[in-house]
Amino acid sequence: MLAVWINELLQGVLLGGLYTLFAMGLSLSAGVMRFVNIAHGDFIVLACYALLLLTTALGLNPVIATLIVLPIAFLFGFVLQRFLLQRVVGENVLLVILVTFALSIIIENGLLEGFGADPEKISGGWMETATVALGDGINFGVFQGITFVAAVVLVAVLDLLLYRTGIGAKIRAVSDDVAAADLIGLSSVRIYAIAMGISFVTIAIAAGFVSIWTNFDPAAGPTRLLIAFEVIVLGGLGSLWGSLAGGIVLGIAQAIGGQFDIAWQIMAGHIVFLVVLALRPQGLFPKY
Amino acid sequence: MASPANLILNGGRAALVAAVVVMAATPWLFSATHVVLLTEFMSMLVLAIMWNLLAGYADIVTVGQHAYVGVGAYAFFGFAALWGVNPYLSILLAGIVAFAIAVPTMLLVFRLRTAYLAIGTWVVAELLMLAAGKLSAWGGGSGTSVPISIILYFGRARDVRLATIYWLAFGLAASAMSVTYFLLRSRIGIGLTAMRDNEEGAAAIGVNITFARILCFLGTAPFLGMAGAIITLQKLRVAPPASFSITDWTVLIIFNVVIGGIGSFEGPIIGTIVYFVLRQYLADLGAWHLIILGTVSIAVILIEKRGLWGLVRRLLGDDLIPIAHKPSAMLTKQHTG
Repeated sequence: MLAVWINELLQGVLLGGLYTLFAMGLSLSAGVMRFVNIAHGDFIVLACYALLLLTTALGLNPVIATLIVLPIAFLFGFVLQRFLLQRVVGENVLLVILVTFALSIIIENGLLEGFGADPEKISGGWMETATVALGDGINFGVFQGITFVAAVVLVAVLDLLLYRTGIGAKIRAVSDDVAAADLIGLSSVRIYAIAMGISFVTIAIAAGFVSIWTNFDPAAGPTRLLIAFEVIVLGGLGSLWGSLAGGIVLGIAQAIGGQFDIAWQIMAGHIVFLVVLALRPQGLFPKY
Repeated sequence: MASPANLILNGGRAALVAAVVVMAATPWLFSATHVVLLTEFMSMLVLAIMWNLLAGYADIVTVGQHAYVGVGAYAFFGFAALWGVNPYLSILLAGIVAFAIAVPTMLLVFRLRTAYLAIGTWVVAELLMLAAGKLSAWGGGSGTSVPISIILYFGRARDVRLATIYWLAFGLAASAMSVTYFLLRSRIGIGLTAMRDNEEGAAAIGVNITFARILCFLGTAPFLGMAGAIITLQKLRVAPPASFSITDWTVLIIFNVVIGGIGSFEGPIIGTIVYFVLRQYLADLGAWHLIILGTVSIAVILIEKRGLWGLVRRLLGDDLIPIAHKPSAMLTKQHTG
């Protein structure tokens, strides 16, 4: 019996790795540009479909396909921020919410028209089927393990990028005070666009993992957004390592809820989120 | 006084009064098909007015408005079909239940700000929809039909029934409009308008922002809940994905208000009318109709964020329905003189 619970806990922690990957891009855009990209989940799904095209139409290996999508995603995020979102950023938060909300609906229905409502999945080959047995019925998938390691590495890389590099210092300066940053000669418009580009790179990475982990369909975006959102609020806004903790808490909650049925799996995540929000609104590891 | 713009404005106001009279008499004037369509119009109008009050004035962007529509639908079914309460009373009770749900929701999501609050309302809506799927008396995940006896309670003959349900929807829309009108004309409304234009400025001169926002958030819930009950009378079913439909009760409503003109009294009315007219042509387009509405909404935000009414108002120079208090002629004269 104990082994069953340890196994569930382990699966929950690994699921937390995937959820942390979902949240990285949102944490970045919310932390730097002070707005929540409501289309975040739909962009993850959009990237999944891009990977689907590359792997099925061109027959590419999913890892190579993801590597190809990364620079495209950066460019996409850069252009989106520079030419659309930048026009509504700053003056009124309402407008950014509405524009990203409309984008979310456009992507979802565009994918529905283009690919139909059937669930899709990308095959991960041997990675997907291999498992590591720890004895006593406790085992985990190699792919789930790789995903978790990738999440930890991504958090570490982003943390280094923001706090140990020149561009990171610029991004933080703009995030703290746009007017002051512009005054000392930083181009906030350009830095916002770069930050969004980085956010989209993490979206593509998340897509690479989730497209192999589970099915996706055009309507899968909002679920991904809500998870990413809960992860960053649970972890404490602006705290990257906090997001990892938030992801794990959510993953464990869902693994336990999933013991009953699929509806309880999702509900358990939402309930834990609302309870933490009620008791500890600043999140588990607040940055400020 | 008799400038062309003024003539158009007064003509518009006369047309508005005429429209209200025609709308009140709809069941006598139009065919059953149109009565059904107009009932749906009135329900959508209530949702649009409420979303606009929150997003356009109280600075609360919610993407979880469908939660209260669904709660209203489920509460109505519970009272009328399961516990045998009078169906008319059940509609009112649906509003009260929606209000009761809004109170703890408000306490939770008001810990979040702006976009975070928006997604917080969405999380609550998701949770409520999933929880509704767990209610076996309501048919669980697949939902159930409203019993015939309750439907017949609103009229044995079909045309009588359609008329009754229409008047319920019309009455709700009319009260939603009147309540919003008097709220916006009141002290609180002036505070809200000041807040819409400049939040820090309004707070600095002593507008109680928190109180006004709480009042609006809680005040919209009963209207949404009662709309949910009336929508159930039209759809004749409760089911989690339909009763809590984010597309129908939140997405389309947001697009309508944005296109019509957010933050104006006329905006939601114009947006809903435009949607119902366009829908005749867009209905065959499937998923494309949402893509088109979404694209138009983004274009509206980029070009004229006050929407269609913002464009018209620029030409007319005044509101069709005067919400703003105007300085008296003497004051204006002193200023210019």
